[in-house]
Order: sequence, then C-alpha cells, then structure tokens
Amino acid sequence: MPSLKSLRNRINSVKSTRKITSAMKMVAAAKLRRAQAQAEAARPYACRMGEMLAALAASEAGNPNASPLLVGNGKSQTHLLVAVTADRGLAGAFNANIVKTIRAKVKALEAEGKTVKVFALGRKGNDALRLEMKDKIVGTKNFVGKKGAGFADAEAVALELVRGFKAGEYDVVTLVYNHFQNVMVQKPTEQPLIPAAQPTANDNEMEHNYEVEPDDGSLLERLLPRNLAVQIYAALLDNNAGFYAAQMTAMDSATRNAGEMIKKLTLSYNRARQANITTELIEIIAGAQAV
Amino acid sequence: MPIALEIISPEKLLLARDVDMVVIPGTEGDIGVLPGHSKLITGLRGGLVDIYEKNQVTDRFFVSGGFAEITESRIAVLADEIVPQADLDAGKAAEALAQAKAAYEAVNQNDTDAYREASDKLISAQAMVDAIAPGKAEK
Repeated sequence: MPSLKSLRNRINSVKSTRKITSAMKMVAAAKLRRAQAQAEAARPYACRMGEMLAALAASEAGNPNASPLLVGNGKSQTHLLVAVTADRGLAGAFNANIVKTIRAKVKALEAEGKTVKVFALGRKGNDALRLEMKDKIVGTKNFVGKKGAGFADAEAVALELVRGFKAGEYDVVTLVYNHFQNVMVQKPTEQPLIPAAQPTANDNEMEHNYEVEPDDGSLLERLLPRNLAVQIYAALLDNNAGFYAAQMTAMDSATRNAGEMIKKLTLSYNRARQANITTELIEIIAGAQAV
Repeated sequence: MPIALEIISPEKLLLARDVDMVVIPGTEGDIGVLPGHSKLITGLRGGLVDIYEKNQVTDRFFVSGGFAEITESRIAVLADEIVPQADLDAGKAAEALAQAKAAYEAVNQNDTDAYREASDKLISAQAMVDAIAPGKAEK
C-alpha cells in the first residue's frame, strides 16, 4: 500500500492536470466557434468560383488543347499527395488519421507501380511522415506561430503546386485532409486537385450562354490556379475547425478521465488513512491493557 | 430596377446589396453594369469598383484583380484583394509598387507565365497608387 503522502501527491498532480485539460477544452471550444465562422465566411467565394469554373469548363469539353490543369497532362505516373494536418497535437487521432490515410494510399499507389511524392502541409504531418518516407516528401509548409492560415498562404501553396506540375514533377495531385462533419466526426477525405474534374459530354447540355472576356481559354488559365488556391484554403479552414473540434473532444474525455482517477485515488487515500487510525487505536488500547 | 451586387473576397462576403449601377475594371476596359446587362464573365485588372446609387458614387473599393460574373439581375465580384478606397495607405501602396517594379525587372521575359504574372502585379500596384491620388484616377 502506497504511503499517505505519495497518494496525496498523486491526487494533487492529477487535479492540476485536470485543470489544464479543462482549460484547454474551453479554449478549443472558443477557437472552434471562430474557425467555423471563418469557414462559413469563405463559402460564398468558393461557391461562386465553382459555378464560374463549371460554366467555363463545360465549354472546354472535347477540346484537345484544354488547359492541362483542367484535364491533366495525359499521364498518371507520378502522384503527389498533399497531406493537410494541424500544427499542434493533443487532439486525439486527428493527425494520426491523416498519416494513416496517406500511408495506405502510398502503399496502394506503389502497388500499381506509380511513383508517389508527398507534400506535408502542417507540422504534425511532416513530423510523422518524414521518419518513414523522407525521400518522398518534396515540400512542407506550416503555420506555427501564426494566427491560422490566411488566403495568401493557400495561394503560395497553390502556386508552388502549379509550378511543380508545369515542370512535370508530378502528373496527378490529390489533397488529403480532415473534413469537418460535426464536432464528433472528422473524416479523412481525398480530393483531386489536378486534373480538376474532367468535363463530360453531359455538361455540354447545360453549356453556358455567358459572354466571356477576354476569352474562355485565357480566363480559365487565370481561374484554374485561383481555384486551386480556393480549394486549398477551404481545406485548411476545414482542417482548422476539425482540429479544434478534435482537441475539444480529446480534452473533454481527458478531463473526465482525470475526474475518475481522482475519485479512485481519494478512495484509496481515505482507506489508507482509516487503516492508519485503526492501527494507532489498537496500539494505544494494547498499550493501556499491558499496564 | 436595381441590380443585386455581391462583393466577395476569399475570406468573406464583403457586401451584398441592391444598387443602381456598378463600374468594374475589366481586363479589356472598364465596364458599367446596369440591370439587364447581358450575361458575362470577365477577368478584372487592378482598379476601382464604383457603386452608383441615384446617380452618385456611394462606395468605392479598390480591387487588385479577380473575376466578375454578371447576369441580368445580379453581379458577383470575386476579388483577389479588396479594400475600401478610403482605407488605402499611400506608403504601403508605394512600397508595393516598388516591389512589383523590382520583380518585373527581375523576371525572365521568356517565361511567359511568370512574365504575365509580374506585369499583372505591376499594373495592379500602379492602379493602387493611382487610386489614392485624387483626381488622377478619375475619368
């Protein structure tokens, strides 16, 4: 049986842990609300951008000279996976889920004989992946110390991806991020970035009747990298909201576990104390009888 | 009859209201949009978006570039970066212009994409400087 003093120490230490986890839970909840509002605010732009792109892309269906960003460069040998993770941990399996998804995807693609490269967006993903696939990581970026990712950051990533694609470093780009479904569920999601959705003959029926200035091709040329940035930005915001949700859930259960632990420890502490008193009493009575 | 205007930046919906006329800086020249405008998608260059209500400019925004989607009853301005003209800072604008100039001169003219991007940036930065100096940007 551990001594009274060591039990008391443990109770105190668990109590302060509980204080920390419950404070972190509150902070995560507040930040989650802000992250959700931010993701909500970015939706109109992405929505309109998608509509415009769909209208323009439909007119490019069947055009052999369509932008490679839209229809691909005809190859699918080298795949780039963009792994979006958080920069910080203490969020349950949030980051581990992305790493797991990437690992499975790399294995599956390599089994098909493809070459795989990884771009780690977020510190935790880079930390976890660089141990086992150092040679595959072509780039990394994180937002440590910044107040979340801004659109300019997403744009910088998008430009880097377009540059690499045009230089022929990879043929297919896929984004892997945690989609924020609700506070309890964040689902690892794969989203093709390049090529953007292939226009099908079906789209032709709803062919747009917009006039376009300067012209379809050059506007698409500007719109596509922009759209890439928008998608990455949306994923970053989604990831951010998901991260705080995951952290909130994790800290909530940590707080509850600490509470249970304290209950158990207090019970054994009281038992030990009673046992001590009983022994002392017995000793005193035994001593009195002996006189 | 008013036209529904939406000004949207990547971060948020900046403004959504019914106005009488909007003048936007299209890549091929300024476009005045009245209700009933034919359907149009256009790129934007750096310049001022003017909002007219009752024949007066009620709001003036600087856009650094972007896109606009126009239909008969609404116009959506998707701006890369947007600030109310009153909030523009002359110092920052001059700095951006100097940077853009340096980048423009450094760029390899044979690299068409980079060249186009640098010249777009330069035009946009110049437009920002012009937008501050009163009178100069007026037509």
